[in-house]
Amino acid sequence: MLEINDLSISFSSYSFGLRKTETCAIRSLDLTITPGQIMAVVGQSGGGKSLLAHALLGILPRNARVTGGMLFKGEPLTIKRQAALRGRQIALIPQSMTYLNPLVRVGNQVAQAARLGGVPGRESKGAVSRAFTRYRLNQKVISCFPFQLSGGMARRVLTATATVGGAELILADEPTSGLDPASSGETLAHLRELADSGKAVLLITHDIEAALKVADSLTVFCGGVTLEVAAAGDFSSHGVLRHPYTRALWGALPGNDFVGAVPAAMTIAKNGGCPFSCDCPKSDTVCNDMMPELKRLYNGLVRCHYA
Amino acid sequence: MLEAQQLAFRYRDELPWIVNGIDLDIRPGEIVGLPGPSGRGKSTLAKVLGGYLLPERGSVRVDGAPLTRSGFCPVQLLFQHPELAVNPRWRIGEILGEAEAPPAALLDELGIESAWFERYPHELSGGELQRVCLARAICSKTRYLLCDEMTSMLDALTQAQIWRAILNIVKRRNLGLLVISHDTALIDRLCDRVVPCFADHPDAQIDNLPGDQKDQDRNSGEHHREEADIPPDSTDRPQTGIQL
Ligand code: SF4
Repeated sequence: MLEINDLSISFSSYSFGLRKTETCAIRSLDLTITPGQIMAVVGQSGGGKSLLAHALLGILPRNARVTGGMLFKGEPLTIKRQAALRGRQIALIPQSMTYLNPLVRVGNQVAQAARLGGVPGRESKGAVSRAFTRYRLNQKVISCFPFQLSGGMARRVLTATATVGGAELILADEPTSGLDPASSGETLAHLRELADSGKAVLLITHDIEAALKVADSLTVFCGGVTLEVAAAGDFSSHGVLRHPYTRALWGALPGNDFVGAVPAAMTIAKNGGCPFSCDCPKSDTVCNDMMPELKRLYNGLVRCHYA
Repeated sequence: MLEAQQLAFRYRDELPWIVNGIDLDIRPGEIVGLPGPSGRGKSTLAKVLGGYLLPERGSVRVDGAPLTRSGFCPVQLLFQHPELAVNPRWRIGEILGEAEAPPAALLDELGIESAWFERYPHELSGGELQRVCLARAICSKTRYLLCDEMTSMLDALTQAQIWRAILNIVKRRNLGLLVISHDTALIDRLCDRVVPCFADHPDAQIDNLPGDQKDQDRNSGEHHREEADIPPDSTDRPQTGIQL
């Protein structure tokens, strides 16, 4: 359904005296999702994960430069094609309620999304009502304004909005952040249902535990680079994880060793080496100077000189 | 000791109690956990304990004296969204020095780089800004820290790093620490003691819902997790970088 090869996103900005600087937010990201699958992208908070969703939808700011390939159903995603697919075949469950129009009643926004997805106008009312039932939203919420919704409800409205038009690729950006375990479990279960009904789901999150509850595979992302692609099952014990950063991330969970470290993302983006070299126990000079290639290792992928 | 006795709070007379009849005490050097789903008034309790909100009944005492309303408050709060707790137009250097300039050793311990001082809050990541807020909260007069879902937006490595630093500081300075989180694994890991005061408080959740929706939620039986992020609770968060 979706294939991303060597995607890079950088931003140019003008600072002091019109000096042009280029900051690289995503460097060589690779990713594949098939129908029926949830692929989670996990990694540092603030590590440019949301940009990935924006790049897929073609809604990056104008000073962004994108290189590399994005294929949707085998065809390249051009700006024009993105505009045609956005909200129809590719839909976003955004991170926050601010994506809803504050002045339009919730039901109308869902109906709008349904029409955009190709549901004929006269059927859109029924589609909205079915979407509300499906996501356990009281029919009275149809006439509410966004500000009247609480966190959990808003999340369900956003999910309804993204799915009502029958999109085949769902991008969920931090769908569980700020939710308590009950609401977050519900949101994740909805994503699983969508995948089980044949959609492809890209779950972008900082919460590795949430990702492991529903994802089939995980792409581990740090300093703008894919470091590992692993099956969810690989996280059951320390042994199978391929990359030192993934092992550190897994080990940092309160239920595991709870040992922390923060890769200094800023310094990484500049030198060409491995993003984890500052904190990696195995790091040496090669790691500092040269970015490792992404290579295949026991049914997954890893980017490390010494894996 | 930080002592709360029979605390009760609601936003307006006609609204239901959010915090009602809560007793809680935290000794210096003690780490206390407050778990439970959102919408049960945990954040509101933290704000009352930290002096951000005035209780309608009951009292908060710090080491025997009532909570001061002026000067630096010995009880400091840290929130889930550090970007809402700082003045967006101040540079990091100014934010850090708001109460008193933090010693270099503390900045080192928290991994705060001097290169950040010239930057604005939006130029730091969530984890970096949270550490800045932490450095600002830990002054010579700080006796108690209340951390409200402080690391729930952060990845596991950043989360572990921040808590390790807090645990060291708290131990060295014999501070009392309240950890509010819905992550029970985190609470188990950190705390000496857990107070389940919100586990059985079914009435407190519908508090802030706007009028008709409140009834609706009651009818549909889905009230208990809905208070989470709605406006009245978030508007009183300090947006200007003013600390009590
Ligand atoms: S490339 Fe080097 S620094 Fe990077 S993860 Fe592998 S061993 Fe560690």
